[in-house]
Amino acid sequence: MSHRVIDRPRRTLVLLVLAFGLLAACSGDDPTNLGRIVGGDLPQNSLDPAGPIAEQVDSLFWLVFWIATGVFALVSLALAYAVLRFRRRGDTDRPVRQVHGNTRLEIAWTILPAVILAIVAVPTVATLFEVRAAPGPEDDALEITVTGHQWWWEFHYPEYGITTANEMWVPVDRTVYLSLTSADVIHSFWVPRLAGKRDAVPGRINNIRFEAAETGAYVGQCAEFCGLAHADMRQRVFVTSAEEFEAWAVAQASPASIPAEGPAAAGWEVFQTQCASCHTIDGTSASGLFAPNLTHFASRTSFGGATIDNTTDHLREWLRDPSSLKPMSPDLNDLEAGRVLGMPDLGLTEQQIADLIALLESLE
Amino acid sequence: MAVTTDTAASVDSVVRPRGLWGWLTTTDHKRIGILYGVTAIAFGVVGGTEALLIRLQLATPNGEILSADAYNQMFTMHGTTMVFLVVMPAAAAFTNYFLPILLGARDVAFPRLNALSYWVFVFGGLFLTLTFFLGGAPDGGWFGYAPLSTQVPEVVRMDYWALGLIVLGLASVLSSVNFITTVLTMRAPGMTLMRMPVFAWMATVVSFLLLFSLPMITVGLFQVFMDRNLGTTFYDAAMGGEPILWQHLFWLFGHPEVYVLILPAMGIVSEVLPTFSRKPLFGRSFVIFSGMAIGFMGFGVWAHHMFTAGLGPVAEAAFGLTTMFIAVPTGVKIFNWLGTIWGGSLRLNTAMLFSLGFIFLFVIGGLSGVTHSIVPSDAQQHDTYYVVAHFHYVLFGGAVFGIFSGVYYWWPKVTGRLLDERLGKWHFWLMFVGMNFTFGPMHVLGLNGMPRRTYRYPEGLGFDMWNMMATVGAFTIATAVLVFLANWWRTRTRGEIAGPDPWDGRTLEWSIPSPPPEHNFDIIPTVVAEDDFWHRKYVEDDSGNPVAREAPVESPVSTEPIHLPSPSYHPVLAAFGIFVTAIGAVYLPWGLLAVGTGAVITMWGLFGWSMESLTRREHE
Repeated sequence: MSHRVIDRPRRTLVLLVLAFGLLAACSGDDPTNLGRIVGGDLPQNSLDPAGPIAEQVDSLFWLVFWIATGVFALVSLALAYAVLRFRRRGDTDRPVRQVHGNTRLEIAWTILPAVILAIVAVPTVATLFEVRAAPGPEDDALEITVTGHQWWWEFHYPEYGITTANEMWVPVDRTVYLSLTSADVIHSFWVPRLAGKRDAVPGRINNIRFEAAETGAYVGQCAEFCGLAHADMRQRVFVTSAEEFEAWAVAQASPASIPAEGPAAAGWEVFQTQCASCHTIDGTSASGLFAPNLTHFASRTSFGGATIDNTTDHLREWLRDPSSLKPMSPDLNDLEAGRVLGMPDLGLTEQQIADLIALLESLE
Repeated sequence: MAVTTDTAASVDSVVRPRGLWGWLTTTDHKRIGILYGVTAIAFGVVGGTEALLIRLQLATPNGEILSADAYNQMFTMHGTTMVFLVVMPAAAAFTNYFLPILLGARDVAFPRLNALSYWVFVFGGLFLTLTFFLGGAPDGGWFGYAPLSTQVPEVVRMDYWALGLIVLGLASVLSSVNFITTVLTMRAPGMTLMRMPVFAWMATVVSFLLLFSLPMITVGLFQVFMDRNLGTTFYDAAMGGEPILWQHLFWLFGHPEVYVLILPAMGIVSEVLPTFSRKPLFGRSFVIFSGMAIGFMGFGVWAHHMFTAGLGPVAEAAFGLTTMFIAVPTGVKIFNWLGTIWGGSLRLNTAMLFSLGFIFLFVIGGLSGVTHSIVPSDAQQHDTYYVVAHFHYVLFGGAVFGIFSGVYYWWPKVTGRLLDERLGKWHFWLMFVGMNFTFGPMHVLGLNGMPRRTYRYPEGLGFDMWNMMATVGAFTIATAVLVFLANWWRTRTRGEIAGPDPWDGRTLEWSIPSPPPEHNFDIIPTVVAEDDFWHRKYVEDDSGNPVAREAPVESPVSTEPIHLPSPSYHPVLAAFGIFVTAIGAVYLPWGLLAVGTGAVITMWGLFGWSMESLTRREHE
C-alpha cells in the first residue's frame, strides 16, 4: 500500500480547512504532552498504517470510502439538480403531473445498491478472516498477555518472564500476538498505526495480531469507556530491531537491585511500608498485584497510564498528590474486592518523596 | 344531554377544566401532543447545554472547563437526554397530535392511557435530570456497559440511570400499545392500511419496534440494578457472570432504537416533500415496505456495535453483511424522495428546506454507516469520533432536521398561525452550516485516532484544529436554536393567520380548522383514496395534471352526539406514584418506605381510574 493514496485525501482536507479559514489553537506546556515523543505529525493516525495488517485494513477502508464518495456525489448532484431545475418560480403553481411511481425504476434502484454491496462484501469477509486468524508456528509470533486495569495497562511476556506497565517493546517485522483480558471493567487496546482496537473483557481472552514494519514509537489510547480516568489510560509501543529487543528483554528479565545505602536505600524503606502492598519490584519482598510492576521503572519513558513523561519533577508532583496529574478516586478502592480506582495520596513528607524518587530512578 | 343544532356537531357536555389543572388532567391527544412537544424542547435545552459544555471542554487540548468526573456525567446525560428525552418525545408529540387526525379519528384508542404515558415520561425525565442536584448525574455512558455500570454500588448515579430508563421504557410501551391499537381499530371508513399516510405507517413501525425491543433492555436494566443492590452477579465475570450479555441485551434494544429515532423523521419527510412538490409520494408502497423492512432488519444487526468485543469472525461476518444490506431499504427511500421532487413544482419554504437538508445529511450518515459494516476497518473506527460523526449525521442531520421540518409544516395546524419564513430560513441555514461544521470535522478526528468519551486530549496528536472547528459549529447550532425560539415567541401573537389549509395539503389534517376543534372532525370522513383530501380538491385531467374541482357542497350536518374522553387526574397521580417508588428504590433498604408510599399512590391512581368511567355514566 503506497502512501500516496493516503496523502491525497489528507491534502484535500487541509485545503478544506484553509477554506473554512480557521487557525489551529495555540499550544501551551503541560506534563501530559505526549505527541512530541513520537515521529510524524499525526502520531496515532489510523490512516497512516505502519505494518502489513494495518495496511490491509486501511486499503479496505479506502476502497469503501471511494465507492461511498461516488454514490454520495451522484445522489447529491441529483438532489441539487432537482431542486434547481424544479423549484417554483413566481407565485403561481404550474400544473404538475401526478406521477405515482415507476415499478421498473424502483426495482432497479433496489437491486443496484444490493449488487454494489455484494461486491464490497467479498473483500470484507476475506480480509476479516485473514486478520482474525491466529498466527501459525511459521510466524514465530511474539506472545504478550495484556491486562487492562483502571486505568493502566499491564504487559506480560510469558516467553521472557517480563512484566511491564503501559509501555510495550516489540521487535520490528515480527508478528506480535496479544492475548487481552481485564482485571475489572472492559477496556480496549488500540494503537491505531499498528492495528484496529480489540476489547479487553473480564473473564474472557480476546486476541489481536499486528506486525510493525518500521522501528519507532507508537502511541495509543484505551478505546472503551472505563470510568473516571478513561481519557488518561494510554499506551506506548516501542518497535526496535530484533537485537535491541533481545537486549531490552534480557535487561528487563533480571531482578532489580536495591542500593544498600544512600537516599535510594532510604527510599526502599519508605517503599516497603507505603507502596509494597500494591506494587511489585521483582527480586524484592514487594509483591503487590494491584498496581503497575515497577521493577525497571527508570527504563520507562512515562508513567500514570503513559500520560506523564517520566521526569523527576513529574514524579515529585505525582508523589505529593497523585490526583493532581491524573483523575482518580482512590477513596473508593476496595483491595479485598480487588477493586482499585487509583493511587491514594499517601501523605508523604518531602524527605520521603525525595528518597522514593531516588529509589525509583535507581531501578534501571 | 342537550343536542345543539346551531353547530355542525354536538359534543357531550363534560366540563373541561382550564389553566394548569386543565393541562394536568387532559386526555385530549392534541393537548398531550403539545405537552410532549414543549417538554421535548425544554429537555432539548438541557441536552444542548450539556453538548455545548462538552464542546467547550474539547475546543482546545488539555481543556480545563470540566473535570473528568463532570465530563463523564455530561456525555452520559447528553446521550441519554437527547435519545430518551428529546428526539423520542418530539416524535411522540407529532404522533400524538397527528396520528388520530391523519387516520380520521377523534382521539387515540386509550386517551387516559395516553395521559399516563406522558406523565410517566415526564417523571422519568425529571428523575434523571434531578440527579445533577443529588450527588451527581449518571456517569457510565448512555450505553451503560457492564461491569462498569455495576461497579461501585455505593454511588447511586447508575441506579438513577437504570431505574430512569425502566420508567421511560414503561412510558414508551404504553404509548406503543395505544398507537398500534389506534391504527388497527380507529381508521376512518375506507382508510385501508395502504391508504394510510406514510407518517402514520412509520409511527406504527416505530410502535412495534419499541414494543419488541424495550423488554430486552428492561431485563438488562433490572439485572444491572440487582447486581448493584441485591448481590447478584449477572455481569461479574469473577462470579460466573458475563459482561458481554449486557451488550447483547442493550444493543438488541439499542439498534432498533436508532430506527425508533429516525423513522418518524422519515415519515415527516414523506409528508412534506409531496405537499411542497405538488406531487404524490413516488413509489408509496415501496416507501412503506422499505420502512417495514428497516424495522425487521433493525433487529438483526445489533452485534455490529460489538465488532471489537470478540464475537469471532463468523458472527462478525454475518452481522457485517446484514448491516450492509440494511442500506438497501434505506437507499430505496432516498431514491423515492428524489423521485417525488423530480418533475414537481417545488416550494422552497422552511419546512421543505429542512426536508431537503434531511436527505442530503442522511445520505452522508447512511454512507458512513456502510463503512462501519466493513468489519476489519470498523475496528479502527469503532469508539472514535468517526462514529460520533456518523450517528450525528443520522440523528441530528436526519432525525432533528426531519423533526424541524415537521415543526414548520404542522405548526400552523397546531397554533393557527404560521411561523415567520424569514426567521425560519435563518434557522435552517445556521443549523445546516453549523451541523456540518460540528460533525464534519469529527470524521477526520476519528480517522486521525481521536477516541470518544475522553475528557481531554494531549496536544501534538493533530486534533486541535478540528476540535476548535467542531466547537464553533456547535455554537452556530445553538444560535440557530435561539432563532427558532425567537420565531416561536414572535409569531405567538403576531404570526400570519394560517387558515385550515395553508399549504394546499394532501392529507386529512388540512381538511379541518386550525387549530382543530376538540373533536377533530364534525363528521368522520369517508376515505376513498390515498391523499384523500387532495382528491377532494382536484381531479386529474387526461395527461395526469391536476384540475381544481368545483367548490364542494357544504358538509351535511350531523346530529350524532360525539363522546369525548373525560379529563382525569388519575393518570398523573399514578405516574407520580411510580416516580416516588423509583426514588425509594435507589436508596434501598432505607428507601423501602418511599417504595411503599409510591406503590400506594400508584394503586390509588389506578383504582380511582378504573372506577371513574362508571361513576361518570351514573351521572349521565
